Amino acid sequence: MTRKLPSLARYAALAVAAVLTLGPVWWTFTTSLRPAAESFSLPPSFFPLSPDFSSYAAVFEQIGVPLLVLNSALVTGVIAVGQMITAAMAGYVFARMEFRGKNALFAIVLSTMMVPAQVTIVPVFMLIRGMGLSDTLLALILPAIPTAFGTFLMRQYFLGLPLELGEAAAIDGASPWRTFSSIYAPLALPGMAIVGVLAFNFHWNEFFRPLIFMISEQNYTLPLGLVTLQGNLGTGSISVVLAGVVLSMVPAVVVFLFGQRYLREGLTAGASK
Amino acid sequence: MTTDSRGTLLRWIFLAPTMLGVGLFVLVPIVGSLVLAFFRWDIITSPRFVGLQNFTDLAADSTVAVSFLNTAVFVVVAVAAQLAIAMLLAVLVQSRMPAWLRVFFRSTFFFPLVLSAASVSILMKYLFNESYGVINWALSLVGIPAVPWLTSPQWAMVVVIAVYVWQNFGFSFLLFIGGLAAVPQEVYEAGAIDGATGWRRFRHLTLPLVSPTVLVASVMAIISALQVFDQPYVLTRGGPGDSTRTVVMVIYESAFRELEFGRASAIGLVLMVLIMLVTAAQFRLARRFVFYQ
Repeated sequence: MTRKLPSLARYAALAVAAVLTLGPVWWTFTTSLRPAAESFSLPPSFFPLSPDFSSYAAVFEQIGVPLLVLNSALVTGVIAVGQMITAAMAGYVFARMEFRGKNALFAIVLSTMMVPAQVTIVPVFMLIRGMGLSDTLLALILPAIPTAFGTFLMRQYFLGLPLELGEAAAIDGASPWRTFSSIYAPLALPGMAIVGVLAFNFHWNEFFRPLIFMISEQNYTLPLGLVTLQGNLGTGSISVVLAGVVLSMVPAVVVFLFGQRYLREGLTAGASK
Repeated sequence: MTTDSRGTLLRWIFLAPTMLGVGLFVLVPIVGSLVLAFFRWDIITSPRFVGLQNFTDLAADSTVAVSFLNTAVFVVVAVAAQLAIAMLLAVLVQSRMPAWLRVFFRSTFFFPLVLSAASVSILMKYLFNESYGVINWALSLVGIPAVPWLTSPQWAMVVVIAVYVWQNFGFSFLLFIGGLAAVPQEVYEAGAIDGATGWRRFRHLTLPLVSPTVLVASVMAIISALQVFDQPYVLTRGGPGDSTRTVVMVIYESAFRELEFGRASAIGLVLMVLIMLVTAAQFRLARRFVFYQ
């Protein structure tokens, strides 16, 4: 009995925490399935017994959601792939090649990890303007591709791969490029996946930079579009806004379901540096 | 070409994108910020050197002062809550339970982390609405009158903190889970013989053993909380009044609303120094309180 009681309290505490964590997301989902006119009526409906998809239709027709999704997908996709490639290349050099000044270069890259984006945003904004990229998707993409954290992660990954493979290949006459491209790069794919998943998750959800760099609505990304939309629409169509919010969560949920391991590894890798 | 020179060529080709990118988009901007902080510039007219005036003006500007105070309150409360909730849940999840249930709880608490802070703030804004929000409706069921969540200065800060913690405790939770899993089981068994159970076990065995993880988690939590922007921007735009205006919001408004680029750079530098000081202080404190095995 003395053991039963604490374990009951333990499960009760966990259950309450789980409801508080999932509740707001579940409410968002069920409310997005109510007719717009009813979206404010209380009590809230927590079970979509008669789901109404008109809010989703409205999100596509009234607000340019397809364009927002396309912009977000383009920006996020190019950044993720760009980071995977450039971080793998730089990480490989820092892990596997010896040359003078290597440690100094790596220290410089690492030190930039500590600088918050908000501190450099004004000069970056000037640079983007100077390059004639204001109000283009490239303004979001270009500065986000070089990644100190991704480089650090890939270096760790390559350090963990056996040295002997490369040595054997060199003895067989493989060029440095071949040693990388046919031996180490394929083995490093899981590490690159971590970099890609982290980049995707961060930039899909990013709000600060799009808010600053994007001026025309046709260049808005999804989070920026939703915030603007929520400000513009009256209180009568909360289910439409929430339908947009649900759509913005779909890719994140997909990553969560299928790439959770990579995400966890990447997030905690920063803590053990 | 010899293998050696091919290696040299490959090395520079491989390093170029990252080194040039980091140089152009991080190092040059840091220097740019340092220079810009000593100028007054609105992009339209040419920059004017003003010495330390941007910095001395900060101290006199009440909005800036309030934003630093708000950020300090936010960081202290949000980080304390985030770490406490994460630690409690991590200990509970790591205790004995069926494997599938543990996986469920772990994934659940991690989930808000993958969502966008802007989207979360949008939906939370509806939930906390004074007249038709679900939270006030739930409170009314137990007889509590409607709370002006986003329209009163005190409650607005509470909501910003709550929404931030809701989304971010999962990160500390994840780190604590890792730290707890690394504690050898024999320590608990030995402790149990000496009668260490419950709170005493946590205080004298678990906590010292995971203290390195607690340090890392608190450094990371403080650094990211100091930069809070999305939640207050979407939830309150810094209001009512200046009650939820944070340092990064003032950087944003100075630069991109008022075109005071020098002032924005000065505030940014102060924030960066603050982040460095906090980090250094924590590692000094760590020497006294963290127990390394």
